[in-house]
Amino acid sequence: MIQMTDRNSDQLAEKGSDSEETRRTARQVLVIEDEPNIIEAISFILSRDGWTVSTHSNGETAVEAVRRVAPDALILDVMLPGRSGYDILQDLRADVATRDIPVLMLTARGQKNDRELAERLGVNLFMTKPFSNAEVLENLRQIVGS
Amino acid sequence: MPLPFNILVLVCLLYVIFLFAVAFGADKRARHGGATWLGNPLVYTLSLSVYCTAWTFYGAVGYAARSGLEYVTIYLGPTLVMIGWWGLLRKLVRIGRAQRVTSIADLISSRYGKSNGLGVLVTLLAVVGTTPYIALQLQSVTLSFAVFAEQGVSDWAGGEWAGGQTPVDLSATALWVAIGLALFTILFGTRNLDANERHNGVVTAIAVEAIVKLVALLAVGSFVVWGVAGGLSGISQMIAESPIESWTIHPGRWAGLTFVSAAAFLTLPRMFQVLVVENVDEEQLSTASWAFPAYLLLISLFVIPIAVAGLAVLPKDANPDLYVLTLPLYYNQQGLAMLSFLGGFSSATSMVIVASIALSTMVSNHIVMPIWLSVRPRKEATVSGDVRHLVLSARRLSIGAVLLLGYLYYQFSGGGAALAAIGLISFTGVAQALPALLGGILWRGASRRGAAVGLIAGFVVWAYTLFLPSFGDTGIMSAKMLAEGPWGIEWLRPRALFGLGGLDPVVHAVLWSMLINTTAFVTVSLMSFPSPLERLQGAQFVNVFEHSARARSWAHSGAEAEDLLIMAQRTMGADEAQSLFQRQAVEQGKDGYLPDITPDFISRLERELSGSVGAATAHAMVGQIVGGASVSVEDLMAVADETQQMLEYSSQLEAQQSELTTTAHRLSEVNEKLTQLSIQKDAFLSQISHELRTPMTSIRAFSEILREGGLDEEAQGKYARIIHGEAVRLTRLLDDLLDLSVLENGQVQLNPQHEKLSLLLDRAVAATSSVTEGEITIRRVREAEQTQLYTDTDRLAQVFINLIANAAKYCDAARPKLEIRVSERPGELRVDFIDNGSGIPVESQGMIFEKFFRLSDQKAAGGAGLGLAICREVMDKLGGSLSYLPGQGGAAFRITLPQAS
Repeated sequence: MIQMTDRNSDQLAEKGSDSEETRRTARQVLVIEDEPNIIEAISFILSRDGWTVSTHSNGETAVEAVRRVAPDALILDVMLPGRSGYDILQDLRADVATRDIPVLMLTARGQKNDRELAERLGVNLFMTKPFSNAEVLENLRQIVGS
Repeated sequence: MPLPFNILVLVCLLYVIFLFAVAFGADKRARHGGATWLGNPLVYTLSLSVYCTAWTFYGAVGYAARSGLEYVTIYLGPTLVMIGWWGLLRKLVRIGRAQRVTSIADLISSRYGKSNGLGVLVTLLAVVGTTPYIALQLQSVTLSFAVFAEQGVSDWAGGEWAGGQTPVDLSATALWVAIGLALFTILFGTRNLDANERHNGVVTAIAVEAIVKLVALLAVGSFVVWGVAGGLSGISQMIAESPIESWTIHPGRWAGLTFVSAAAFLTLPRMFQVLVVENVDEEQLSTASWAFPAYLLLISLFVIPIAVAGLAVLPKDANPDLYVLTLPLYYNQQGLAMLSFLGGFSSATSMVIVASIALSTMVSNHIVMPIWLSVRPRKEATVSGDVRHLVLSARRLSIGAVLLLGYLYYQFSGGGAALAAIGLISFTGVAQALPALLGGILWRGASRRGAAVGLIAGFVVWAYTLFLPSFGDTGIMSAKMLAEGPWGIEWLRPRALFGLGGLDPVVHAVLWSMLINTTAFVTVSLMSFPSPLERLQGAQFVNVFEHSARARSWAHSGAEAEDLLIMAQRTMGADEAQSLFQRQAVEQGKDGYLPDITPDFISRLERELSGSVGAATAHAMVGQIVGGASVSVEDLMAVADETQQMLEYSSQLEAQQSELTTTAHRLSEVNEKLTQLSIQKDAFLSQISHELRTPMTSIRAFSEILREGGLDEEAQGKYARIIHGEAVRLTRLLDDLLDLSVLENGQVQLNPQHEKLSLLLDRAVAATSSVTEGEITIRRVREAEQTQLYTDTDRLAQVFINLIANAAKYCDAARPKLEIRVSERPGELRVDFIDNGSGIPVESQGMIFEKFFRLSDQKAAGGAGLGLAICREVMDKLGGSLSYLPGQGGAAFRITLPQAS
């Protein structure tokens, strides 16, 4: 189930037929997270920064959603209903179509072995909740740019 | 001055009321857990006296008047069994208890592979053999009434009875007696579906009746010896002068009758009922083995003197069967006659009551239940039907039917034949079960086919040589057929089979029926190969003293424990079923109410169920849930190495192995718990981290957004509300964690107070009204909630609130309902919370009390998943418990609290 806020879907439709110029700046990010308030916060911060944000909150269908949306970057939570963020990451890295999507992982359990596991699976960046808004933006820009 | 008939009726009614009171008192005492009379070996011995029916009370004297000392054979048989076959009786009782046998039909059916066919056969035999006997009891009561009525006829003449009518309508009397007996038996015989089929009230009443009949006979006897004959020398004189003196003993008849009465003592349904089914302790047999023969001796002591006096004093046409009554009346001893009448009444009623209980159990277990099970679709029958109710109704109807049958027999037979004749015919009929019974418990080679063929053959021969001819030449058999055999075939003459003429008809019938029965049984058993289940049961029965473990009869299977629990609840009652399942789970080292379905557990459950519905039906009911395969490979292998040593050795090994398995099971569980504990600790920390960081994330993100400004007022308000909400969630989580930690570390301060349960529940319901209002209907029974509690009522209320709120949140029925059920058990108060939703799936039932466990990921539900964990800790601290109660149709939680008794 893809949850797109009205604003985001409008933007998507709009930007799809827009000029090269806009397309380069308004890049697409997919947020996979299940806590409604955190979704709201991240969506607000990112879209204010010029991102096109789509969201998805079910772990089981997340890989499918990534393939469909084909975002420029992915923000991925670890504790998701149905399937963990690690499993999703593993699948994404195994598939040619999604292998190169930059992934920023957010988790509320910031233990050392969690971070190590994520890195082994090929995460681009790993952040612990709670985060500073500015840091999220900065990190996202960094992984997309690299 | 003759005794007015209506006074007789009054005394009789008073006596009946007294018996009701005795039965009621004993039942009540037993239900309230008091010491039962049933435990007393003397009560057990007295209850065995249902053997002495009206036939022995009135009939023995008549018998003596007709055939001299021969009546002694009727007492000799049981005496020999009690003294000489004590070991066999003990074995029967042990088997009866080990296998939860409910009747003789059940025993035979269970022994021969739980075959219901055999159960039906024995039941039919018992009904056919017992019906004339019940008729006989009705007849004796009616006749004794009539004796008094004739006495009083002069008083009544000229009154409303004038006009040539007899004052008492005999058949109406018999009908009323039958109705009264049916009422008593239904009231006290089918009060509940007792796990062991024991009837405290009935047995106690029977014991009282046993005393009454003994006292009555002794009183009449003493009166005759010292009042009429003028002492011992006088009575010896009378005996010497009487025709009884000249009667000689026929050795053949003596042996035959002694054998039949011994056989009947073991196989009569009513004797089996008191001897085996109602027995509570094997040790009672050792008292009964001398006390019961003593009782028989006392009751037969004065038979000859009464008979002699009757023959000498009373007119020639007086019925010798009623001397016990007519002698005192002749000497105008009204009080004595009344006592004697009550003695006869007691003899008749006690027999009818016990016989109809025994027969109704057989009819309902072997005929009604199997039919019901076969017409209902598979599984649906056992899981959704109200089996208990059905079984009780079947028993009640059967009691009515059995008595009706007896009454009809009485009506149609005309009540003419001498009492003793009917008794012997019945005895010989039921004795046909003896070869199958003895063979079953002594000989492992006995097979189901052998038992069936033997029973049928014996039954047919009995009917042909004794039962049918007993109707006389006007009945089914013509005089010509009796004299010349059917179609003139001489060797088929009913009373001289194979040309063996010149014998007494009873001895002739006993000889041929038992001979043919036993020969057929042994021959067919030797020729047929028993099924595995038969062999297993055979080993269980024959080696009952060596085997402590029971036969395995079910394969491992994936039966749903919950289905079995539902079925067991419907059959045994919720309490007993739950405690059985819980005990079994504890033995397996598990928590809760659902044990693993092991062959051991299945066979134990089957045994408990068979205490209510009989072995064959229980087997069928469990089979409907567990599935077809009835014998596992292990069982087949156990059958394969048949020899005695092998079996004994393997049963020892099995016992050791099962002990080892249990220990290993426990050890691995402890080990698993330890590793789990360490994993749990990490998981717990990481969970707490997650639960704290998640709201913190929203708070931090939105407060940064707000700090940066530039938002419209609507957005500002919205984000502030989110921050507030998350802060509240955080606080609640911290509170819960603190609460749980305090509870777990045992630092909690309990604050016990007195409060009535109903008020406490009121408080809890009120506190949750904001959640429950309009969401869920709460049903309570205030009368059950009147218990005064002394406990930490605030903590208890916290648990109630949690359970009610959970039901409101998670119950997914279209019209959610929550039932709060309060019940008391000795030393324990139970409060059950049962909703009508879809309940908690079996695989999650073990997890719901874990910290942070949520059934769904409904964040909307709010909590952190600590509620039930806290509740369980609270109940633990209060000395009670909180557990999930499966099999109630919805989610169900049970709280127990210790109660000072």
